[in-house]
Amino acid sequence: MKKNTKPLSLRVPEPSGRPGDTPDFSHLKLDAAGAVARPDALADPHEMRDMAFRLVRVLDDSGKAVGPWDPKLDPETLRRGLKAMVLTRAFDDRMHRAHRQGKTSFYMKCTGEEAIAVAQGMILPAEDMGFPTYRQQGLLIARGYPLVDMMNQIYSNASDPIKGRQLPIMYSSRDYGFFTISGNLGTQVPQAVGWAMASAYKGDDRLAISWIGDGATAEGDFHNALTFAAVYRAPVILNIVNNQWAISSFQGIAGGLETTFASKAIGYGLPALRVDGNDFLAVWAATQWAEERARANRGATVIELFTYRGAPHSTSDDPSRYRPGDEHEKWPLGDPIARLKQHLIALGEWSDEQQEAAEKDAAEQVRAAGKESEAIGTLGQSRPSVKTMFEDVFATEDWRLVEQRREVGV
Amino acid sequence: MSEQTFTEADRNDGIEPDMVDQDHAPKSTAAGSGTVPMNMIQALNSALDTKMAEDPNVLSFGEDAGYFGGVFRVTDKLQEKHGLTRSFDAPISECGIVATAIGMGAYGLRPVVEIQFADYIYPAYDQIVSEAAKLRYRSAGMFTSPITVRSPYGGGIFGGQTHSQSPESLFTHIAGLKVVVPSNPYDAKGLLTACIEDDDPTIFFEPKRLYNGPFDGWHEKPVSPWKAQELAQVPTEKYTVPLGKARIMKEGADVTILAWGTMVWVSLAGGEHAGVDAEVIDLRSLVPLDIEAIEASVKKTGRCVIVHEAPKTSGYGAELSALVQERCFYHLEAPIARVCGWDTPYPHAFEWEYFPGPERVAEALKSTMNGGR
Ligand SMILES: Cc1ncc(C[n+]2csc(CCOP(=O)(O)OP(=O)(O)O)c2C)c(N)n1
Repeated sequence: MKKNTKPLSLRVPEPSGRPGDTPDFSHLKLDAAGAVARPDALADPHEMRDMAFRLVRVLDDSGKAVGPWDPKLDPETLRRGLKAMVLTRAFDDRMHRAHRQGKTSFYMKCTGEEAIAVAQGMILPAEDMGFPTYRQQGLLIARGYPLVDMMNQIYSNASDPIKGRQLPIMYSSRDYGFFTISGNLGTQVPQAVGWAMASAYKGDDRLAISWIGDGATAEGDFHNALTFAAVYRAPVILNIVNNQWAISSFQGIAGGLETTFASKAIGYGLPALRVDGNDFLAVWAATQWAEERARANRGATVIELFTYRGAPHSTSDDPSRYRPGDEHEKWPLGDPIARLKQHLIALGEWSDEQQEAAEKDAAEQVRAAGKESEAIGTLGQSRPSVKTMFEDVFATEDWRLVEQRREVGV
Repeated sequence: MSEQTFTEADRNDGIEPDMVDQDHAPKSTAAGSGTVPMNMIQALNSALDTKMAEDPNVLSFGEDAGYFGGVFRVTDKLQEKHGLTRSFDAPISECGIVATAIGMGAYGLRPVVEIQFADYIYPAYDQIVSEAAKLRYRSAGMFTSPITVRSPYGGGIFGGQTHSQSPESLFTHIAGLKVVVPSNPYDAKGLLTACIEDDDPTIFFEPKRLYNGPFDGWHEKPVSPWKAQELAQVPTEKYTVPLGKARIMKEGADVTILAWGTMVWVSLAGGEHAGVDAEVIDLRSLVPLDIEAIEASVKKTGRCVIVHEAPKTSGYGAELSALVQERCFYHLEAPIARVCGWDTPYPHAFEWEYFPGPERVAEALKSTMNGGR
């Protein structure tokens, strides 16, 4: 046997902080707002590889929009975005509480990540199909999907649009460009590529947009999606939401210590953008850039949205067992709602009073929807007829299902 | 055998290339009505060709399935006839192939994808099982998956472990999937067309041992081409063979044989070898299953032998046996017998000890006629 120069040892990545430690984000290299150049959206991806290692930011610490990526949105759009984020957070808070009250079996918040799905849902119309994970509820909310239907799904009640068949939050809405959520991580990304290929095949105008978490990029589906997207130049926007955590595993376990998630695009010849995911304007601008590219038939763009999962992974999770309790507060990119609010106030287009009113209004909308949905019933109090359990397995009922339905007596 | 040395001759195990009936390659759809002899490859090609001509939402892709026309030639000339974007090559990624097809299906297309060998369908298993099969159910019909996954399957070709498998039971177990296996050119075209038109995901297994001629398992005898068979007379026009309808290949009074794919021909030979008047039922689609045909036949004969290439344990034969037992118990005069592949990986050197041939079928028939002793 040959001898090694050093005894071999196995490296297992560890996060910078564990429970009880002081959060440490000193290793992050964060570009200042406005510091990153904006390449032409139609430029050759080989000419912009550095974009995968930088961080596109628009809002500076004082809430001013600076630099070439400022999308120069009108105040009305900004207010709409802020309100949709506030509503998303209010919805999350209420449904998380509903779980604690035993009204449903499960819930997942997107606290701290609201800017992503909200901005993207506002930019792209519902004809552009979204292939979300369970953490893009902001997409439905930004596109105006009825809150009461979201709740009915969470309660699996008689009015659940998907008839009590799915775990709470696995929404589905063709009309709102929200592809049916799967429990199986990563599967929707190559499906989005296929959907985009179909649109291109038909000479259509529609785009696809997908999301995947940092953790799930380790799934083979992610690699397959990037390969197909590049090979067939599919009109798709491939988002990676890097919220630093995959349940209890920090992003280093998914390969985030070696390189950025955005840079994974480079090996496929796809353009990559790495963006401050808590900066509504940066998310907006980057998405618009990718959209412009896709609409010009230049194919897919990978966007890494750099953010932080503020809430527990789900109602079944306790983050205090694996990360410092105050890590979210110390997150250097702050909170997306607070930052957009600050920006609007700096513009003279918003005030603390208006913010308070917006929060009250959101809580009221959620409360009203909650009342309506709970009147139909929470989990176990109301549900679709048992007969429907046997429907939609196939387009037409199979004899086995007819027999089994009769066995149940329905 | 390694992929590198896997040649046409290897695949056909002694079938000479001229048995591929080049004279009767499917004519373009413009050829009008008529019936010509086709081998199974040509029949499948004709199904794709006629369906693509009719419906612009039908497209075909897979590894080597575009320009080259597929390693078994099933997609031959489709690219030339229908264009680059309708019949194209895919990266070597079964997961990606099926996943993108699912996305296309959800969009509204009817993709037909090829998995080069059924033995390589496993990388796509998650997409098939967790996604294609469940889209309609989990979205309450908002999204559907009208895709067809075609794949050469089955043994008897010295394909060794990874060019011989029959994984149908891994799919029949999954709610939401239809599973179809043709045994002859006529059914191959009609069933594939029905699969493409079906609004649900279908797994279409093509017994590659039957591509160029019927194979009855007497592997030392010369193989006959399809030409001689009535079931090789295939209409050039589009037609369908409905899913969920079995074909009685041979009527018989003594015992019912349930089989599909290559085993249909082996069962016919086995019946003859045993001198037993067996009723041979080609199930054609395993899901949906023609339970009425099965019940009627077993109630008539009082005996049932199930034949499949896949390993015995948890094979689809177990399900069939249970169904027959549940529904025909008072008509049964002998235990239901199963003639299957062994519970081993598919071996290379022991091809003919593994492959359930006509002798094993005949033994089971005779024993069943003896009350299972
Ligand atoms: C194929 C698969 N494996 C494992 C799981 C269990 N699981 C659910 S969420 C999750 C973590 C995902 O983390 P990430 O992709 O970073 O997304 P995030 O939850 O942070 O938004 C895991 C492991 C799953 N749902 N699917």
